[in-house]
Amino acid sequence: MLRIENLHSGYGRIEALHDVSLDVSAGEVVALLGANGAGKTTLLRAISGVQPVTSGQIRFEDRRIERMPAHRRVLLGIAQVPEGRQLFAPLSVEDNLKLGAWTRRASDLTADIAGIFAMFPILSEMRHTAAGALSGGQQQMLAIGRALMSKPKLVLLDEPSMGLAPILVDQIFNIVAQLKRSGQTILLVEQNARAALAIADRGYVIETGRITVGGDAATLLADPRVQSGYLGV
Amino acid sequence: MAELLQFAFSGLTVGAVYALVALGFTLIYNASDVINFAQGEFVMLGGLVTVFLLAAGLPLPVAALLAVVASTLVGLALYRFAIEPARGANAVTLIMITIGASIFLRGAAQVIFDKRYHSLPPLFGDTPIRFGGAAILPQSLVVLAGALVIVVLLWAFVDRTLFGKAVLATAANKLAARLVGIDTRLTVGFSFAISAAIGAIAGILVTPITLTSYNIGTLLALKGFAAAMLGGIGSAVGAVLGGLLLGLLEALSAGYLSSEFKDAVAFIVILAVLFVRPQGLLGRARVERV
Ligand SMILES: Nc1ncnc2c1ncn2[C@@H]1O[C@H](COP(=O)(O)OP(=O)(O)OP(=O)(O)O)[C@@H](O)[C@H]1O
Ligand SMILES: [Mg+2]
Repeated sequence: MLRIENLHSGYGRIEALHDVSLDVSAGEVVALLGANGAGKTTLLRAISGVQPVTSGQIRFEDRRIERMPAHRRVLLGIAQVPEGRQLFAPLSVEDNLKLGAWTRRASDLTADIAGIFAMFPILSEMRHTAAGALSGGQQQMLAIGRALMSKPKLVLLDEPSMGLAPILVDQIFNIVAQLKRSGQTILLVEQNARAALAIADRGYVIETGRITVGGDAATLLADPRVQSGYLGV
Repeated sequence: MAELLQFAFSGLTVGAVYALVALGFTLIYNASDVINFAQGEFVMLGGLVTVFLLAAGLPLPVAALLAVVASTLVGLALYRFAIEPARGANAVTLIMITIGASIFLRGAAQVIFDKRYHSLPPLFGDTPIRFGGAAILPQSLVVLAGALVIVVLLWAFVDRTLFGKAVLATAANKLAARLVGIDTRLTVGFSFAISAAIGAIAGILVTPITLTSYNIGTLLALKGFAAAMLGGIGSAVGAVLGGLLLGLLEALSAGYLSSEFKDAVAFIVILAVLFVRPQGLLGRARVERV
């Protein structure tokens, strides 16, 4: 579904991604592991089109998209839950969800919004609250809900568990597992490598802008480099 | 008492125009972080284009409508050809661009039209209405009513339509807007267009009272900017409030002190806000977006 080949990207003259290649097939959950500043967010930004690519290819369903504007990529079916949630803070929970469905031009979103509320009942109680006034966990739920509202083929999740209390982390990973069971294709960026690999089918490790290891989740869990670097073994 | 009422009415009339200019500032600032010093030129264009189309024989409503359309196109062109190509530039560069655009529009207006002052016929004649000992021009009420209608329509648009919410969303978080698939060039361009249209309407409504000329924009932009700062840059309600307040302050100081002070009021307001309450009356302290 997604195939990245020899991708280079950076900020100004500083290159942040060197020759990155990676695939995600339909129905898969793929984990992307890496330390702070490794380039995980930069890669997701490049896939979504909010980060310029200097060379290399991004293919989505056999279409080259690396030069396509961001809004058209959403239309093709790529949604991102960005780092730091990036909600529309002054707008209500419900409006954030409606805007998540912007590309669908659907006239009636009641059923879709009800679907998100079924997944995150707490959001239903807060439907008229400004997104900026939610707690960290609620904001993360809303960010996920907003991305799902576009009915994406591929969801890019950037550290959804970051900064959350352990009980909420479990809840977020449960949701990711639930999405996986429903057949949703996901590229999951996480620092919490153990939890991510427990859900993922496959994974990659990125270090200072390069993919260094890639393989089945079970293989990665057993790999000494992954164990010492990311699993604290 | 009658005197105070008189000053208050003339203050509110001019204040309504400042409010609309400040509202235009706010729309563009929220959508693009640009302080648009060419905002006053939209007011100038609205009035002058109407004057000249009327003189060319078109009926007033048609002339006014075409003037609004022309200003809107100028607003779009400003975004498309001056602001958008410079995206990512720092705030000072962007301000210089808008000042440049303002000088250009003034020069163009001087060449295309002329350097004289012009008026338009008031909508309901010029027999003052007596009220509590004060005399109110019917056109003053037209200006106030027009400003009210614009504010209500704008509010309904952003509160009741998904496109309006997309404009708000773009203002609140441009990255997130792009990530949900909003074409932000469209929403930001739209903010420039609406802002220009509002300025032009203000210009048409107020020309019968204050007259218009190619060079009225500079001072209006400054007054509108002072009003927006007073209300709190970025706050639409603040812009309207700041505009009305600035108009009142001007009229009262002109009436009770000396009319020479009138134009100084805006500058004093800017300084006072900067020293005492930089976030303005309704603004929140600006949080740096990362
Ligand atoms: N806006 C920016 N301007 C300049 N350099 C940046 C910018 N954002 C990131 N970088 C640099 O690019 C590199 C990759 O950063 P990136 O944010 O992609 O890492 P990350 O893997 O997502 O890290 P984290 O786990 O902390 O989120 C880092 O060296 C970082 O310093
Ligand atoms: Mg990151």
